[in-house]
Amino acid sequence: MIRNNKQTISKIAKGLAVIILFLMIWEVAAIIINNNYILPRLGDIIWVLVHPLTSVLGGSSLVENAVVSLREVLTGFLCAVAVAVPIGLLIGNSKEVDSYLNPFIQMIRPVPPIAWMPFAIAWFGIGFKSIIFIIFMGAFFPILINTIDGVYGVRNQWTDVARMFRATSFEKIRTVVVPGALPVIWTGLRVAFAVAWMCVVAAEMLPGTSAGLGFMIMYAYNLGQLQVIGAGMVVIGIIGLGADGLFRAGQARFFHWQGRG
Amino acid sequence: MEPVLSVRNLGKTFVEGEQECNVFQGLSFDAFPGEILCIMGTSGCGKSTLLRMIAGLETIDTGSISIPGDPGTGPARAAMVFQDDALFPWLNIRDNISYGLMLSRDGVSEEMVSRRVSDLLDLVRLTSFSKYYPYQLSGGMKQRAAVARALAVQPGILLMDEPFSALDPFTRRELQDEILRIRDAASADCHPVAILLVTHNPEEAVYLADRIIVLSDRPAAICGLLEVRLPRPRKISDQEFLQFREDVTGLVIR
Repeated sequence: MIRNNKQTISKIAKGLAVIILFLMIWEVAAIIINNNYILPRLGDIIWVLVHPLTSVLGGSSLVENAVVSLREVLTGFLCAVAVAVPIGLLIGNSKEVDSYLNPFIQMIRPVPPIAWMPFAIAWFGIGFKSIIFIIFMGAFFPILINTIDGVYGVRNQWTDVARMFRATSFEKIRTVVVPGALPVIWTGLRVAFAVAWMCVVAAEMLPGTSAGLGFMIMYAYNLGQLQVIGAGMVVIGIIGLGADGLFRAGQARFFHWQGRG
Repeated sequence: MEPVLSVRNLGKTFVEGEQECNVFQGLSFDAFPGEILCIMGTSGCGKSTLLRMIAGLETIDTGSISIPGDPGTGPARAAMVFQDDALFPWLNIRDNISYGLMLSRDGVSEEMVSRRVSDLLDLVRLTSFSKYYPYQLSGGMKQRAAVARALAVQPGILLMDEPFSALDPFTRRELQDEILRIRDAASADCHPVAILLVTHNPEEAVYLADRIIVLSDRPAAICGLLEVRLPRPRKISDQEFLQFREDVTGLVIR
């Protein structure tokens, strides 16, 4: 136990050392360059971060912008879950459906979500709906692919047990396929959320948006306020890290049964 | 006595590549309530396929399998225990055992299910492990849970496909005795269960079986039927036991 604690502390210390080194190099470089339009001082970035409710550059506050981005991400992400999981279950359970849809999916999958922006604007106009669409496109494929893989990973013997007890097809999917595939689907959700979070920031940077962390960064860039950009990036990082932590905690909580075997 | 299972002229063909392969040809036998029927034969002779057909997991090409009193819906009359336990890892032991009961749509109340599962946990001596998950149990315990899950629907036939092959010799012996005990308990409970057990192990067959069916190579047909008239409990060191074991071995590798 003591040994474990020591190991954990040493691991944290090593991680912190690199972060502190990075910040020191940054600060020294900022002092040498001495130009706020190229490299802002850490103090200026921190000032923005510790005033999260203060209006930034005459617009929304840091927190307000973060809330806008989070709301967009959650909307797009949940839409992607609602569509990708059922389609994934369908494909995973039927070779016939798979042979129809697989080529189409493989063709669209490599297209970067942000490349859909012109179409998105043409179809949904500038703003919320377009951003949701981009996030949807980004989150959709990781969820879909993992759902299909998850279903493929369900052991035949488990479905045999369901059939032996005369489960209907729907019961088989509900009681065996979904729970058996869920750990892999969950990994897909985790990856998809990270992609969605990147998509929202990129989508908000495009012209026509008026709120969100991506917008705030772009707006600050136009005004040459690099300390705001730095603060925005830190918030993006923290939220991304927090979301990933939640997914990992969920994994440990819901899928402990994966155990050793 | 009425059989609980009648297999008549059973035939099964698999297509492997361009070749058709006859697994069985005209296989016929009966199983009776409360008996232990061991099925032996060389590897690949279709023993597992036979059990899977009885469990309804494989289609029948020719002939018939009839299980008197099975309406074809509702709880299965033939329940199977697989080679490796095939428990659902996401359910605890109690929920694994009640799985078949929760599926059967014949109005079993929650309370009945709960009582029945408790009885079964008792029977397979896993009561104190009911909240454990499969990964927390040993191989033998998992296999006992799998037996309890199959018995939950009160089947007339318990199908066991080499259920002990993955276990160490001591656990194996313990579970063999457990099977005998479960069979006696089911009979005493007025739900006699016929046990069809596929095994590679002649000693196991002679230790457990009332009758032993030996299947020939593909296409499999019955090439030997032995009634094991030995008193129980059987001792593997007895001269008669050894003789039976020799006879069975001779039939299988003939």
